[in-house]
Amino acid sequence: MISVQSDDFSVEAVCDELRQKAGDTGAIVTFTGLVREFAKDRSIHLMTLEHYPGMTEKSLQSIVDKADKRWDINDSIIIHRVGALKPGDQIVIVAIASRHRKDAFEAAEFIMDYLKTDAPFWKKEHTDAGEHWVAQDSKDIDASRRWGSTNR
Amino acid sequence: MPIRDIQILYFASLREQLDRDRETIALTGDLKTISDICQLLAGRGGAWKGMFDGSMTILYAVNQQIARRETEIKPGDELAFFPPVTGG
Repeated sequence: MISVQSDDFSVEAVCDELRQKAGDTGAIVTFTGLVREFAKDRSIHLMTLEHYPGMTEKSLQSIVDKADKRWDINDSIIIHRVGALKPGDQIVIVAIASRHRKDAFEAAEFIMDYLKTDAPFWKKEHTDAGEHWVAQDSKDIDASRRWGSTNR
Repeated sequence: MPIRDIQILYFASLREQLDRDRETIALTGDLKTISDICQLLAGRGGAWKGMFDGSMTILYAVNQQIARRETEIKPGDELAFFPPVTGG
């Protein structure tokens, strides 16, 4: 399940949903991304997330489809929030259910790495020194690349 | 939208600098690729020139799929220009 939404989500509710359809699931891995309070010594009072409606969902689905081909995944839930968020707020959750933990850990990391470089979201930080668009981090590009060619 | 038009969307910092989130343009015969569209937009001068003359990193999408400068455009297409993404 993929959702792009402004509402907050509950990590427990996401895990419960994956457990309900358990089948032969032996492992559930979740990653949650949060809004940091500080960036470059500046205190962030607000972060706004813009996205490309329509393409965002397609892009996330495409990333999940790639993960499905490479790992043995029973089910996955990706929720990414948009709109105005405060420090400490949850931004994104990637939750993977699989038979064994290796697939769950690796698929979750893969999906996050690709989401960081491929999914059309843009963050704007609002600080005391004004507002600015966050620049893409070269570390994220490196992280995405290390998964090798996946016929992007 | 008339049959030969394409819709162009601008996001994030591009939208702010160009002060426009979307527009429709007619796809005349000389406009075949994204590169051609970039040239047209750069020709407007000012912020448009700075944005589309190749000096800035811009990403492209056609009908909500990532595209390249060489990607061809057809009437009815939705074209989007945006900065490198920063989700997650």
